[in-house]
Amino acid sequence: MASLIAILDLKGKPLIQRSYRDDVSPSQIERFLPLILDIEEEGQQVTPCFTSQGVNYMHIRHSNLYLLALSRRNSNAAEIILFLHRLSQVLVEYFKELEEESIRDNFVIIYELLDEMMDFGYPQSTESKILQEYITQESHKLELQVRPPMALTNAVSWRSEGIRYRKNEVFLDVIESVNLLVNANGNVVRSEILGAVKMKCYLSGMPELRLGLNDKVMFEATGRRLSIVHPASRGKSIELEDVKFHQCVRLSRFENDRTISFIPPDGEFELMSYRLSQAVKPLVWVEAAVENHKGSRVEYMVKVKAQFKRRSTANNVEIYVPVPDDADSPKFRASTGSVKYVPDKSAFVWNIKQLGGGREFLMRAHFGLPSVKSEQDVEKRAPITVKFEIPYFTVSGIQVRYLKIVEKSGYQALPWVRYITQNGDDYSLRTALEKGSAPIVPM
Amino acid sequence: MNVFARAAPKKGENFELRADLNSEYREKRKDAIKRVIANMTVGKDVSGLFPDVLKNMQTEDIEQKKLVYLYLINYAKTQPELVILAVNTFVKDSDDPNPLIRALAIRTMGCLRVEKIIDYLCDPLQKGLRDENPYVRKTAALCVAKLYDLKPELVLENGFLDQLHDMISDSNPMVVANTVTALSDIHISASSQPSTSSSGPAFFTITSSILNKLLIALNECSEWGRVALLSALARYEAKDEKESEHICERVVPQFQHVNGSVVLGAVKVVMIHMRGVKREEFTKQLIRKMAPPLVTLLSTPPEVQWVALRNINLLLQKRPDLLSNEMRVFFCKYNDPLYVKVEKLDIMVRLANDHNVDALLSELKEYASEVDVDFVRRSIKAIGQTAIKIDAAAERCVNVLLELIDTRVSYVVQEAVVVMKDIFRRYPSTYEGVIPTLCANLEELDEPEAKASLIWIIGEYANKIDNADELLGVFVDTFTEESYPVQLQTLTAVVKLFLYKPDTSQGLVQSVLNTATKECDSPDVRDRAYIYWRLLSSDPAAAKSVVLAHRPPISLPHTTVAPALLNELIGEISSLASVYHKPAETFIGQGRVGADSMQRKGADLSDDRLTTQKALQTVAAGQQAENLLDFDDEPAMDSQPTGLAATQVFQQTPAAASLLAGTSSNPLDDLVSIFGNSSIGSPPAQQQPNGMQTNAFGGLGLGLGGMGSPISPSPAPAQNSVASPVPTTQNPQEDLLGLF
Repeated sequence: MASLIAILDLKGKPLIQRSYRDDVSPSQIERFLPLILDIEEEGQQVTPCFTSQGVNYMHIRHSNLYLLALSRRNSNAAEIILFLHRLSQVLVEYFKELEEESIRDNFVIIYELLDEMMDFGYPQSTESKILQEYITQESHKLELQVRPPMALTNAVSWRSEGIRYRKNEVFLDVIESVNLLVNANGNVVRSEILGAVKMKCYLSGMPELRLGLNDKVMFEATGRRLSIVHPASRGKSIELEDVKFHQCVRLSRFENDRTISFIPPDGEFELMSYRLSQAVKPLVWVEAAVENHKGSRVEYMVKVKAQFKRRSTANNVEIYVPVPDDADSPKFRASTGSVKYVPDKSAFVWNIKQLGGGREFLMRAHFGLPSVKSEQDVEKRAPITVKFEIPYFTVSGIQVRYLKIVEKSGYQALPWVRYITQNGDDYSLRTALEKGSAPIVPM
Repeated sequence: MNVFARAAPKKGENFELRADLNSEYREKRKDAIKRVIANMTVGKDVSGLFPDVLKNMQTEDIEQKKLVYLYLINYAKTQPELVILAVNTFVKDSDDPNPLIRALAIRTMGCLRVEKIIDYLCDPLQKGLRDENPYVRKTAALCVAKLYDLKPELVLENGFLDQLHDMISDSNPMVVANTVTALSDIHISASSQPSTSSSGPAFFTITSSILNKLLIALNECSEWGRVALLSALARYEAKDEKESEHICERVVPQFQHVNGSVVLGAVKVVMIHMRGVKREEFTKQLIRKMAPPLVTLLSTPPEVQWVALRNINLLLQKRPDLLSNEMRVFFCKYNDPLYVKVEKLDIMVRLANDHNVDALLSELKEYASEVDVDFVRRSIKAIGQTAIKIDAAAERCVNVLLELIDTRVSYVVQEAVVVMKDIFRRYPSTYEGVIPTLCANLEELDEPEAKASLIWIIGEYANKIDNADELLGVFVDTFTEESYPVQLQTLTAVVKLFLYKPDTSQGLVQSVLNTATKECDSPDVRDRAYIYWRLLSSDPAAAKSVVLAHRPPISLPHTTVAPALLNELIGEISSLASVYHKPAETFIGQGRVGADSMQRKGADLSDDRLTTQKALQTVAAGQQAENLLDFDDEPAMDSQPTGLAATQVFQQTPAAASLLAGTSSNPLDDLVSIFGNSSIGSPPAQQQPNGMQTNAFGGLGLGLGGMGSPISPSPAPAQNSVASPVPTTQNPQEDLLGLF
């Protein structure tokens, strides 16, 4: 429950606010930033929820904005924080970008959205697709008054009736993001695969869909033995650790017999996500030898190695190697791709458009350092981070076995499936080493 | 400004707006309304335009209608007498053929919060609750809660409450969800106001027939509706074990929901109803199913992660087996915000065991070389906690700490020294080889805690450190300039040194006692010095057994909150209380813990001590001290018998005299154990036949703030030191007062 929702700029000035209950005065918003500064001054961390004089402040950051909710009760913090995130998502979907300017330009519609998304402090509808059906930027013509979409209150609250497509198609994207952490010795300390099955649904009517995966538990539950059904198949089964579904999937059905059955929303959405914490070998391996000539210059030798099968290729590989904040006059030499210095990230980026499986490349970088160093300069030890994308490949080996589409009009629909593996938001290697500690073997 | 504006300004923006609002062109009027709202948004006062805006309320254009309604919501309270003009349109709108407009009218009327128009609200609301369109019904249901907030009598008079109860059986799951939300909201406001709660029917009790309806709606309604239903399910009291199991089974599929608050809501329901389940196997199965969704919450945005982590922390205190194999997922990411990292550190230490301790240590060592000072310190603390928790890994931890000390980064060294002291307290006389390295950094220490820790170590091992007198001499020379904790430690350490090596340190102890009693302005320091002086001058043997007494080793507490509070918080999973790890009374209602609210709570709970413990827990959690002065029924005078009072009692009590004479050895042991206890969380002193003795010394021990043992460093032991002496303090207080 929230008594008031406000969007603030970084100076703590409210850009727009909506009060849902009387018990918190809007003037409390002005106390938000001073409170944050006080907490920081006391040397404590500012947490997303804190309390002061009986008012609870729950907030999130979105680029240069604070989204803030106030309450006097023992509110459901998880609900409110998630609601704020959902609010920012909806606003982004409406205005492409959520920033001071887009708020000022669209205050009318934001008020409308705030009115519809929350009532008396309780979240209501946050599906941006459904909201867009009756809250639009163009003013409504008089003769055609909008009505609340059935979907708002339906058991199927995510799909409107009467959708028609000439060509019925479904696109399935299986995207796996790899998060991993490699320590200085080159061992993988932590790794996980975050998978998502994204759908683009262009189907008429109210179709019933059923998705089959090579999930181990699923096969066991349905009583089918892999060896019998696919005697000669390479179909290994995998064990998904935690599966999350879009609200369209019938959870109790999944719990009973592991069937993923659902009526999909129209257009693009994420059907399910899953997690595997099986050990992953670093697909793109990077290590750097750093030679630091104190007070004058620093040299890097970076090696990248594609540790996946030869028939796959990683696209748009970006390798971020951290350098000291005050490094200057960069010089680069790379055996492939291009290198660029990004001072605002205190790193240089090595771009490789296509990195074939099993290939290995080297690059060298040279930076000048200012001769005067401040005393007690603690060395920042950021890890090397990598971005990449490997199409037609999943690390986990997950596969879509079938996608059944049944609609009462009986049309035929084509499902298309695509697989991609990419870096997650934390693919980092602590393998930038001072020279001498672990020399790179030259090729 | 307000008056000014109403008196028809001749020029300025409001004047122009007024002209436009009354324009004959529709577009111009609408544009003017938008500008009014824009001014309102940036904080300009446009309340003077109330009647002009109101004129534009009757329109076919929904967008314009919404804008006017928005204006009304904002300014209705400033112009209550004019709002009445809007009522007609509202009532008319609530009959509109378009359900969107019907709902909008009902929703907005509930937000106006003006006494005068409430009475007009009841009829449209009555219709709204029976509307054929579920969208209108779900809006009307919440409106009942709004009405209750304004005027509870109206809700009761009009029978809205009974109507809401009927609506739990509505065919539409969203209507059910909002009905439950409204009823729960009413329930909360009714029970927070004792005056109205006596009227009875306001309460929303969940019967078993309601239970079934909720369980059915749970699978069909939207994510936020599920959150509401889950909170209601958490309040249900199951009849028997079978029902508890049934609820758990029905709720478990919600673990798979993509919305984290649904997941946490489901965890809460399962944790609560699991209490009623006795089948061990079933419980284990539930716990097993709970782990993966909790881990997945770590892939959410940082703010959500943080809420999840705070809750996971509580869950682990209740169920240490919950995530036993999952420590690695809590490893900090380089870009995690600090508040997330701090929580992860705490959880990592909780999950540390013999098998994963190596991975944990190498990770902590990595963190200790990061840039953020606060994070580095906490990582080093975590290394110490790991050493204290896992015996087998202690040596490896010490080695890591030595490597860190080698970096000679000031704050790293200081923190490591503090941590080393704890390790010495856990494993006495084990890692003495480290002491020279620590002493080598003596000059670099400038923080009181680090200094006090090193001094304690030197004092403790004074017999094994050859130049202990030199090292301590440095601190004695600057005694008056040091902070009190350092002074206290110096005092104790020098006395220890003297007891170990009386020949070489006579001068030192003389000078420190002299300075402490004559030149120090802290009563604590003075008192401690006096006691040492008397002990030493009357009976060195007694002094030896007091000051050099064996102290029980410290241990890492399994919980950071009292068991009763933990149970309460587990029942509040995902709420602010569970995030703050504090009971709701401490932060709602002006943020004051009133004595009567606490008393009420105490009446509910059969065990009085629980209240006491809770109150003290609050102290430990760093609550504002002023609030605690409200408890007149609490033994809030923990620290009362300090200073002179305590010393006098000491002198006057015959038992004390005999003790000083060293005739009785029994009370001495007792004294020692009290001193040990006062800083370490082990069970209170055993009962002594002569109540007077125990009590008097119990009070003393507290007043001295743990003589003979150092200030508790990490927050966890510190809490215990506050919490544990409770039983011993209650009596001394009375006894001491009786003496005067």
